[in-house]
Amino acid sequence: MSENVTPTVTVLTRKARQGSDRPSLFRLLLRDRVAAVAAAILCLVVLAAIFGPILLGDLAQRQDLATRNLPPLSFAHGWEYVLGSDSLGRSLFARIVAATGTTLGVAVSAVVVSALVGSIWGMWAGFHRGWRETVSMRIADVIMSFPSLLLAVVILYVFNPSAANIVLVLAITRIPIYLRTARADAAELRSRMFVDAARNFGTKQGTIVFRHIVPNVLPTLVTLATLELCYVMLAESSLSFLGIGIQPPDVSWGLMVAQGRQYLADAWWQSVLPGVAIVVTTVSANVLAAWLRLATDPGQRWRLQQKKRRRRLIATAGARG
Amino acid sequence: MWTYLRKRILQSALPLVAVVLGVFVLARLTGDPSKLYLPLNATEQMRADFAERNGLDRPIWEQMGDYFLGVLRLDFGESLRTGENAASMVLRAFPATLQLAGVTMLLAIVIAVVIGSWAALKPNGIADRIVSFFSMVAAAVPDFWFAILGIWIFAITLGWLPTSGVDGGAAVWVLPIATLMLRPVGVLAQIVRGSMVTVMGQPYVKVARSRGAGELRVVTHHALRNAAAPALTVAGDLTVSMVNGAVIVETIFGWPGIGKLMIDSILQRDFAVLQAAVLITALAIFALNIIIDLGYALLDPRVRPASGSRRSSRPGAHAEAGTGAERRNENGTEKKAAAHV
Repeated sequence: MSENVTPTVTVLTRKARQGSDRPSLFRLLLRDRVAAVAAAILCLVVLAAIFGPILLGDLAQRQDLATRNLPPLSFAHGWEYVLGSDSLGRSLFARIVAATGTTLGVAVSAVVVSALVGSIWGMWAGFHRGWRETVSMRIADVIMSFPSLLLAVVILYVFNPSAANIVLVLAITRIPIYLRTARADAAELRSRMFVDAARNFGTKQGTIVFRHIVPNVLPTLVTLATLELCYVMLAESSLSFLGIGIQPPDVSWGLMVAQGRQYLADAWWQSVLPGVAIVVTTVSANVLAAWLRLATDPGQRWRLQQKKRRRRLIATAGARG
Repeated sequence: MWTYLRKRILQSALPLVAVVLGVFVLARLTGDPSKLYLPLNATEQMRADFAERNGLDRPIWEQMGDYFLGVLRLDFGESLRTGENAASMVLRAFPATLQLAGVTMLLAIVIAVVIGSWAALKPNGIADRIVSFFSMVAAAVPDFWFAILGIWIFAITLGWLPTSGVDGGAAVWVLPIATLMLRPVGVLAQIVRGSMVTVMGQPYVKVARSRGAGELRVVTHHALRNAAAPALTVAGDLTVSMVNGAVIVETIFGWPGIGKLMIDSILQRDFAVLQAAVLITALAIFALNIIIDLGYALLDPRVRPASGSRRSSRPGAHAEAGTGAERRNENGTEKKAAAHV
């Protein structure tokens, strides 16, 4: 992702960053402590989703009535009960890790599908204007004017609530967001001077789109997608919580919250802890999105650098004095 | 004014019809209600009778035509579950949701404006950081989990509040409202803060200060009025998502509102009630958006309807400002930009 973004940013901000050490996106991230922590947490979550099932084996399914409803931090029966166990004696830690894969898989696929479809559609509509734009925007209006959760409930009730269908439903309800943003940006860029110039030089339409429109819209869309990851994760959790999302025996964080609900009085950790996992992940995605918005915007990026540089100057000045 | 309203109504009529049509078709795809309402050993004849009695044996476009003709005569059909008039069931559930959503939105706007402006007074100050952090967390917390957390702490552990239900005075309102308010407060506070930071740097605020206006007066009379427009746009979007929240909150707290009614009628294939509920909800959202548009014009003379038709022909202008997405984006950028100055 960063390889795609960096060159554009370099071109656009060469003047703004003249004389600076021109740090890469990654080094910029390391400088912002909060954003770096958020990125690290997200990496950890992704790693857990990929390697968790391999490392933990069938621990998430292993039932043991002797160890049921153990509170968190009870090590008497082994390390795997660090987060306690559920009413069937399954390790809560292993189940949360197992659910990471489902939750993240659904959310990421939905974001990728909706971002791709919405962005391409939106750029197409914004680039051509006219009836294509009008029709696309009306379709977006129709989808947006209806509460997405209800739409998802109806659709998932018709077609079975399998993971693929959940992805599809979430993607459909989120496409208008990208469609509108991409359309607005593309429509605005199309009338810019540099696009006019390119057209006057006889550049082919395809080249204009890929050289001049796409690179300028991309940072906004990437940021939007990061933010959307948070929203889609919440939506999937809500659906699973209502019983029309991920179905048992599969696990997702939302489903775990729902399953633990009936044991709230005796074993609060069963539904509280999976929720903590959701919150940590969504907040991290939010923080990273806020940072990305700044870092990928050529007009704003200098702020990230300037602030730090000034702080360092003050620090060195203080040390000298 | 009327030209503008007519334009707006025509523009929104299409989504409205499309939504009702979509739900009509989708609801019929959920399966045969006779499987749910007749005993397992019902004969083919009984099933056929059931379908005929409820008009389910005819082609779907005929059903649809009948339905729309009925709606025009304010006849929304009857519930399969209770045989009651669907419209009266919906209208009975509607006030419960309306009260909940109304109180929540009002509280959310007041809280968001207060903490958003407070944060904007000193960008990057301690208050700003606290508010920014909490508004972001509030927007990122799953509402159903927050509700369960509330039940666990305040109902089960402390025993201060009831776990669910509607009887019991003010106490029953606390948890549903707190849950429903979470997201709107978080999102709105960020927006208000962002636009307030921008507005407070404008020349007219300096002028007001130079003429000796107190800080409170500057905020309430000069800054807030100008900062309110983006917040209002987002508030419109939030009301749509409020229905999402209402479904969750009403299911968890057993609130007899429209969200619970919709979920129940979907699960029980009660088509008429579902359609009526969807139609009335869509109408309510539609009416609210128009009110918000008018409020927008009230706040900002530049968007008064006289120039409305001209503006709305421009891309990304007022008519599509209901989208909020682009607008929110700008504000977000603005917000972060200011935070790092």
